Amino acid sequence: MDFGPYLMLAMLEGAVLASVLALMASGLSLVFGVMRVVNVAHGEFYMLGAVMAWAVTSFIGGGPALAFIAAAILAPLLVGGLAAVADMVILKRLNYDPERTIVATIGLLYILQQATLMTYGADARPVVPPFNHRIALPWVEWGEGGLSFYFPWGLSTTSYKLFVIGAAVVLIAALRLFMTRSKAGLIMRATQLDGEMATAFGIPVERVYAAVFGVGAGLAALAGVLIVPIQQAHYLMGGDALLLSFIVVIIGGLGSLAGTIVAAVLIGMSDGIISVFFSPTLAKILATLAVALVLVFRPQGLFGGKGR
Amino acid sequence: MTARYYWGLHLGLIALLFAGHFVLPAYQHGNVARIMVLAVYAMGYNIAFGYTGLLSLGHAMFFGAGMYGMGLLSYHFDAGALPAMAAGIVAGVVLSLVVGLLALRTAGVSFMIVTLMFSQALAMTLVYFRDITRGDEGFVIPSATRRLWGMDLSDEAHRYLIAWALFSVVLIFTLWLVRHRWGRVFVALRENEERASLLGYDAFRTKLGALVISGTISALSGAAYALLFGYAGATFAGVQYSIFPLLWVLLGGAGTVLGPFVGALFMFYLIDLSSGVTDAYMLIAGVALVLLTLFLPHGLVGEVKRRLWRDLP
Repeated sequence: MDFGPYLMLAMLEGAVLASVLALMASGLSLVFGVMRVVNVAHGEFYMLGAVMAWAVTSFIGGGPALAFIAAAILAPLLVGGLAAVADMVILKRLNYDPERTIVATIGLLYILQQATLMTYGADARPVVPPFNHRIALPWVEWGEGGLSFYFPWGLSTTSYKLFVIGAAVVLIAALRLFMTRSKAGLIMRATQLDGEMATAFGIPVERVYAAVFGVGAGLAALAGVLIVPIQQAHYLMGGDALLLSFIVVIIGGLGSLAGTIVAAVLIGMSDGIISVFFSPTLAKILATLAVALVLVFRPQGLFGGKGR
Repeated sequence: MTARYYWGLHLGLIALLFAGHFVLPAYQHGNVARIMVLAVYAMGYNIAFGYTGLLSLGHAMFFGAGMYGMGLLSYHFDAGALPAMAAGIVAGVVLSLVVGLLALRTAGVSFMIVTLMFSQALAMTLVYFRDITRGDEGFVIPSATRRLWGMDLSDEAHRYLIAWALFSVVLIFTLWLVRHRWGRVFVALRENEERASLLGYDAFRTKLGALVISGTISALSGAAYALLFGYAGATFAGVQYSIFPLLWVLLGGAGTVLGPFVGALFMFYLIDLSSGVTDAYMLIAGVALVLLTLFLPHGLVGEVKRRLWRDLP
């Protein structure tokens, strides 16, 4: 394959990664924005989403499409519910002290991960995508006879991958509408701006926190459901995903949803491209170092306007 | 008056561990040797986290730097034990200085994430250059290196005594440090950085000093671990080994000299027992972290200090 088609293939893979990452990172960003909690267990909610998608699709019959729809509804609800309970039982009792909550969410990370190992096991298991057509992609070339189309061998994607990109765009737009237009979103933003004042106005801040933690985890779980037909479900899959979403949230500016989306596209695409041409490990090393330096020299993030 | 009591307490522990060499059954003897080396790591971590209030999530990079500084020199150049150990310690000093200069520009949650990221980058670098480091599978330290003053360090008895000597030196050093003027400034910064700065202490340089001491002791422990147990691997630089010292120190009691050892001892046996029952032994670590933050934020020795012995160092 020539360089051009190869680059396009890399960008398509990057776009799929970016979509899933944007979804997951907006959950992390929402939780940090509203609650000022760095949720280290976020990657495990993503993993649980994927594992539950496997569980739901293997116990529900009626064809892959129906089973997948059931998984996409059930998994985020269950994971979100679990997270809300964890918030009420653990984080609330720590008064959301930043350092202690990080330690507690590290504990939660190991509890969820190891409990999955004990029940689901150490195998990676696939989920059948609801639909999966191979789509060959054309490439233009300036040849002797002028501009010509052809289909290079190997340059293809699947309908499911395009669906993931589309679904992520729709879901993020919906999240943004929810935050800006709905009453619940208004209450969340009010709590984010000033928790004490919100309490004074009769907003049940504790319940808002539980809901935000649940919604954040639900978004991660949804990302897990979307990725599992492409990448198998495994109990350790949360680690890399957590690292990448941390990178995205920090580069985008902690707690800013728009910045998070831009950063997800940037990181997802560059990770996809560097991984195809060099090595995935090198891509992660560079991204990790970059993010550490961003935090040191530009703590408000690359796209964050003012300091927090 | 109390000075005599706590010197007695700490020297008593050292004497008890020395006696352990003669009375412990073989299996426990090996375990305690390992715990003493890991407790050195925890004591190093405690200087940053417990005394200075620097919650790092990346100390595995210092442990790993010591381990690989020592191991690579031995593996590629057949260095003797002392030069190899020295290389491990130098690696720890340099890395903690560089990381400190960068990471200490941030504080709190950002500091935690920056240290985590630097540590992850180092762990991935070790995996990436697998030609040199042998990546995840790691390598065995050549037996030529594992000799010190005519002693064969793969021998159980020598191993225990070296670990004991190392542990004793670091324990006494920590006790001296935290009673010294410097140690008191560390605590002042932990309690109220603004006030300490107003009193004229240079917060940045003091924290840098604390981090370098902490990182160097952690590297010393990593190098000693490779030397005594004969293996270096990238897992020791991974995130799990950043979480362990946090767990040990929290369990034992942050900001107490004995806490790291007590925490490492308890957690080692807890994990040892549970790994006999299930593969998912890290579940215990997770549950312990959550329960500790909820119900025992001061740790075991910390609780003794709070209730019974207020000026325990």
